[in-house]
Amino acid sequence: MNFLLHPLTLVTFFPLVGVVVLLFLRDEQKTLARWVALVTSLITFGISLAVLAQFNPANPDLQLAIDLPWIPLAGWEIHYFLAVDGLSILLVLLTTLLTAVSVLSTWTAVEDRVKQFMIFFLLLEVGMVGVFLAQDLFLFYVFWEFTLVPMYFLIGIWGGGRRTYAAVKFFLYTMAGSILMLLAILWLGIYQGSFQMPALIAKGGIPANIEFWLFLAFAAAFAIKVPMWPLHSWLPDAHVEAPTAGSVILAGVLLKMGTYGFLRFNLSLFPQATVQLAPWMAGLAVIGILYGAAVSYAQKDVKKLVAYSSVSHLGFVMLGLFALNPQGVQGGILQMVNHGLSTGALFIIVGMIYERRHTREMDAFGGLWKVMPIYGALTLIVALSSMGLPGLNGFVGEFTILLGAWGAGQPGAALGSTWFAGLAAVGVILAAVYILLMFQKLFLGPVTKEENRVLLDLNWREVVTLVPLIVLIFWIGLYPKPFFMLMAPAVDKLVAAVQAASAVALIP
Amino acid sequence: MFFQETVSQAPQFFGLVPWIVFFPVIGLLFNIAFGGMILKRSPAGEKIVGWVASIASGLTFVVSVLLLVSLLGHPEGMVVPLAEWIKIGSFSANWSFQVDTLSVVMMLVVSIVGTLIHIYSIGYMHEDVRHNGDPGRYGRFFVFMNLFIVSMMILVSADNYLMLFVGWEGVGLCSYLLIGFWYDKGEDGIGNAVAGKKAMITTRIGDVGMLLALFAMFWAFGSLDFNTIFAKAPQVAAASPVIILLITLFMLVAVTGKSAQIPLYVWLPDAMAGPTPVSALIHAATMVTAGVYLVARSADLYILEPQAQFMVTLVGSATALFAATIAVGQFDIKKVLAYSTVSQLGFMVAAVGMGAFVAGMFHLVTHAFFKGLLFLSAGSVIQGVERGAHHIEHDPKLKKQSKSLGPDFDPQDMRNMGGLRSRMKVTFWVYLIGAISLSGLPPLAGFWSKDEILAEANKLYIWAYVLLAIAAIFTAFYMTRQVLMVFFGKPRSAAAEHAQESPPVMTIPLMILAGLTVLGGLINLPEFHTLEHWMEHTLGQAIHKAEFVMLVAALSTVLALLAIVAGWWFYNPRRYEAFWAEPAAKRPDDPLRRLIGPLFELWKNKYWIDELYWAAILNPYIALSRFLADVVDWRFWHDWFHDQALFGGFNRLTGLLAGRIDLGIIDGIANGLGTLAQRVAAVLRSVQTGFVRNYALSIFLGVVIILGYLLLR
Repeated sequence: MNFLLHPLTLVTFFPLVGVVVLLFLRDEQKTLARWVALVTSLITFGISLAVLAQFNPANPDLQLAIDLPWIPLAGWEIHYFLAVDGLSILLVLLTTLLTAVSVLSTWTAVEDRVKQFMIFFLLLEVGMVGVFLAQDLFLFYVFWEFTLVPMYFLIGIWGGGRRTYAAVKFFLYTMAGSILMLLAILWLGIYQGSFQMPALIAKGGIPANIEFWLFLAFAAAFAIKVPMWPLHSWLPDAHVEAPTAGSVILAGVLLKMGTYGFLRFNLSLFPQATVQLAPWMAGLAVIGILYGAAVSYAQKDVKKLVAYSSVSHLGFVMLGLFALNPQGVQGGILQMVNHGLSTGALFIIVGMIYERRHTREMDAFGGLWKVMPIYGALTLIVALSSMGLPGLNGFVGEFTILLGAWGAGQPGAALGSTWFAGLAAVGVILAAVYILLMFQKLFLGPVTKEENRVLLDLNWREVVTLVPLIVLIFWIGLYPKPFFMLMAPAVDKLVAAVQAASAVALIP
Repeated sequence: MFFQETVSQAPQFFGLVPWIVFFPVIGLLFNIAFGGMILKRSPAGEKIVGWVASIASGLTFVVSVLLLVSLLGHPEGMVVPLAEWIKIGSFSANWSFQVDTLSVVMMLVVSIVGTLIHIYSIGYMHEDVRHNGDPGRYGRFFVFMNLFIVSMMILVSADNYLMLFVGWEGVGLCSYLLIGFWYDKGEDGIGNAVAGKKAMITTRIGDVGMLLALFAMFWAFGSLDFNTIFAKAPQVAAASPVIILLITLFMLVAVTGKSAQIPLYVWLPDAMAGPTPVSALIHAATMVTAGVYLVARSADLYILEPQAQFMVTLVGSATALFAATIAVGQFDIKKVLAYSTVSQLGFMVAAVGMGAFVAGMFHLVTHAFFKGLLFLSAGSVIQGVERGAHHIEHDPKLKKQSKSLGPDFDPQDMRNMGGLRSRMKVTFWVYLIGAISLSGLPPLAGFWSKDEILAEANKLYIWAYVLLAIAAIFTAFYMTRQVLMVFFGKPRSAAAEHAQESPPVMTIPLMILAGLTVLGGLINLPEFHTLEHWMEHTLGQAIHKAEFVMLVAALSTVLALLAIVAGWWFYNPRRYEAFWAEPAAKRPDDPLRRLIGPLFELWKNKYWIDELYWAAILNPYIALSRFLADVVDWRFWHDWFHDQALFGGFNRLTGLLAGRIDLGIIDGIANGLGTLAQRVAAVLRSVQTGFVRNYALSIFLGVVIILGYLLLR
C-alpha cells in the first residue's frame, strides 16, 4: 500500500495538513484559524471512522499494518510500523473525537494567538494518535515524547496564573519517567534484537529478574502519566492551569496513554512480572480510588475537584487491567473511553462557567440550575455518568472492572483477595459524595450572588459541543455491545498470553 | 433470531411487557421536548402536560392488566428478551423481562398507585408551583415522575439482578431529583437539596452491598439470571454454604438502604422535603418496598440460609418497633407518616425474612393502598391549610383580625390544625379509612395483611411476634393521636379555621384509593388465599401455608382498640383543648410529656441517631478528606516533597557543583585552562536557571552518557 495514502498514516498525520494551512494565515484571521482547525480535526475524525470501517473486530491481531524500515542501525533497525487492534481502536476514535470537540469548545475561550494555539493543538493530535498506533518501541517513544512539546506550550502560553510552573512541572515529571522507559527500550533493542512488538513478543524468554526491572522501568513512565497514586502531584497543577481544551485532552487522552502503555507493553512484553506485581499495582490502584475521592471532596475549586476525581477514576482502570481477566481488562479499556467522555465533558462544563464568571470557586455559585436550565440538565447527566449511575456509560465500565477484580480475588487468580474489589466498591459511594456536593454547590439552593442572576444559558455552539459526548454516554450505558465487540478478541488473546506465559507464577 | 421465535410462540400479551417501560419513556420524552413550549403557549398547558404523563402511566396499567390476563392462562409466566446488554467472556446480562406472578403483582401496584398519583398531581402541582413561586417547573415534575415509573418498572420486571440494579439505582436518582424538587427551598434555602443528597448517598451505601452481592453471585453461579441462580442454588449451597450467607447478607445491606431499615433508615424522614405526591408514590407506596420485593424475589436463596433469615427478621422487626416509637413523638403530619412507613416496612421485611413471603407481599400491596392514601390525604390537608392561609392574606379584614400567621407559619405542623373534619369532609373520611386500616382494625385491608404477618411470626419467631405486636400497639396509638390532632376539636390557627377542601382532580383519586383500602384485603382472605395460590407459581417451594389464627387476630384487634382508647384518653378534643388553653409558657409541647417526659424527648429527637451519625461518620470523613487534601496532598506532598525536596534539592545540588568546580578550578590553575573552566562552569550554572530546556538538556545528556556506555562497553 502506498505509504502516504495508508489509512493509518493518514489518520496520524492528516492534522499536519491543517498545520500547514494555518501557517499561511495571518494572526488576525482568528475565525478562519478556528475553522481550519475544526475542519481538519473533523476530517481526521472521519478518517478514523474509515479506519474503523476497515477494521475487522473478529481478528485478535494487529491489523492494517504498515511496516517500513526507517533507521537501520548495526544489528537492529527501527521501523516505521503502525497498526491497530482491539486494544487501541477505541482510543484512536476517542482521540480524534475529543480533539474536534475540544477545538469547538475553545471557540470563544481562546482569543489570544489563536493560530498558534490551533497549530499546537493539531500537532498534539499527531502525537497522540501516533502513540496509540505505533508498534515499534522507538517510534512509540518518539510519539510519546513528542506529545509533551505542544502540551507544554498549550499550558505555558494559554494557561492560568501559575502556568509556567505547571508547564515545567508537567514536562519534567513526565520526562523523568520516560527516561527509565527509554533505557528499558534500549535494553530490549540490544538484547532482544528488535524494537517491533510482534517480534519481541514472539521472542520472549527474558530472564525473570530482568523482566521485573524492565516492567518497573516501563511502569515508571506509564504510572506517572496515568497518574497512579502517589505520582499524581503534577496533575492538579497541570489541570488547573491548562486552558479548557488542554484539560479536556489532558484528562481525556493523555492520561489514557499511561493506562494504554501498561496494557500494550507491560502486559504483553513482561507477563511474568505482570502477574507477580499485579497485587501491588491493584493495591496502588485501590489507594488511588479512595484517596482521589476523599481529596476531591475537600476541594473548593471545581476544576481541581474534577482533576482529583481523575485519580480516582483512573484507579478503577488500573484495577481492571491488573485483574488480568477478560471482564477486568475489557472493563478497563471501556472505562478509559468513559473517563475521556465524562471527564472531558466535565472540563468543558467547567470551562463554560469560567468563561462567564472568571472564577472556579464553588462558593461563588449556587442556584445556577434556575438561571441556566439547559446547562444544569446537561451537567447533571454528565455528573451522573461520572459517578457511575446505571444506564449511563460509567456504570458499565465500573461494574465490569469490579466484577473482574472480584473474580481475580478468587484463590489462585491474579489478585488473590476480594478485598481489592470490596474496597474499590467503597469508591462508588465516595464518588457520589463528591459529585453530588459539586452539583449542589453549583446548581442547587437559591441564587445568592447578584452576578449569577444574569448569566446566559448555553448557546447553540456550546450545546453542540456537549451533545456528541452525551449521546455516547447514553449509548455506551444502554448498549455497550458494539464497543465490547471491538475489543473482545484482542483482549482474550492478551489475557490468554499473560496466563500462558506465567503459568508458573499463577499458582502460588 | 432465537429471541424472536420464543416471543412469537408466547401467549399473545406477554410480548407486550417492554411497553411498561416504553410508554413512560415516550411520555417523558414528549414532555422534555414540548412541555416547556406547551406550558408557555397554551392556557390549558398544565392539563396537557399532566395528562400526557398520567396517560403514559395509565397505559402501563393497561399493559399490566393484559399481562395478568395472560398469566391466568399461563401462570408459569415467561422471560421476554429485548436486547443483549453486556457480554464479556463468560459474563452476560441482557435487557430481558420476567413476566411471572410475582413481578406482575408489583407492576399492578406500581401502575395503579402511580397513575392515581399522577392524576392527583395535576391538581396538587398546580397549586404547589404557585405556592413556591415557579410555575415553570410544572413540566419538570411530570418528567421526573414518568422517569420514576420507568425505573420502577425496570426494577420489578427484570429477569436478572443486573437489570434489577439499573432500576434500583434509577429509582434512587428519581428520589434524589424529586426530594430536591424545590432545590432552592427548605432550611437556609438548601435544606431540600441536602435532604435529596442524603437520600441518594445513604441508599448508595446499600447499593454497594447490592453490587458486592452481584459479584459474589456471578462468580458462584456463573450468571446473574434469576432462573439460573435459583436452579443452581441448592447445589451451590451444598458445596459452600458460606457463599449463600455472604450473598444474602450483602443483599440485606441493600434492603436496609432502599427500604429504610436500621441502620440506614435515616434518609426517609428527611425525604419528606419532596412534594407530597412524591412522598406518597416513592417514599411510601412503591420505591421503598423494593427491598421487600428483592427478598421475596430471592426467596430461593434465603430459604437455604437460616442465619440470613434470622438477620433479616431481626432487622425488620426491630425497625418496626423502633420507628413506631419515634412516630409518637412527631408533630409534622408528614413526619408521623414517614416514621410509620419505616415501621410498616419493618413489618414487611420481617415477614419476608422469616419466610412468610406471601404475607410480606400482601402487606406490601395493602400498604401501598392505605399509605398512598394517607400521604395524598395529608397533602390535601396541607394544601387545605395553605388555602386557608392564602385566603386570610387576601382578605384585609381577616388579615387584621388574625394575628399569628407569621412567615414561619408551618402548614404541616399538626399543632396548627384541628377541626378540619367539618372543613374538609372528603379528606377527613378517606383519611379516617386509611388510619383505621393502618391501625389494623378489621375488616380493612391493613388488618388482614398485618394479621397474617403476626400469625406467621407467632409460629416461627416468637420474639419477633412480641416486637411486632408492640409496634402494632404504637401504630394504633400514633394514628389516633394524629387523626384527633388534625381533624377534631377546634381549629388552633386562623389558617385551619379557613381551610378549604381540595378540587375533584385530587379527591377522586383519594376516593379510589380509599375503595382499594377497604377492599384490598380481599386478595388474600383466610380460607381463599388467592394471593398465596397466585404466588405459588413463582415462589414454589419457598411458600409455606399461611394459617389464620383466631387467637392472634382477636388479640391484635383488642390491643389495637386499647391503643385507640389510650390515644383518645390523651388527645380527645375536650382534654386537648383544655391542655391547649393553658398559658404557652407553662404547658409542654404535648400532653404525653407530663406522663413520660424523658421518653417523649427521646422519641421527638429520634433517639439522636442523626447526631450520632454526624459525630461518628460524617464529621470524621470530612475531617479526613480535608486533612488528606490540605496537609498530606498539598502541603506535604506537593509543596514540601516535590517543590522543596525534589526541585529545590536539584537546584541546590547543581548550584553547589557549579560553585565548587568554578572556584576550585580557578584557584588551582590560573592559566588558559581557567577560561575553559569558566565556560564549563557557566554551562553548569545555567542548569539552575529554571528554564525547562536546560533541565531537559541535562536529562538528555545523562541518557546519552548511559547510552554511550551501553553501546561501547
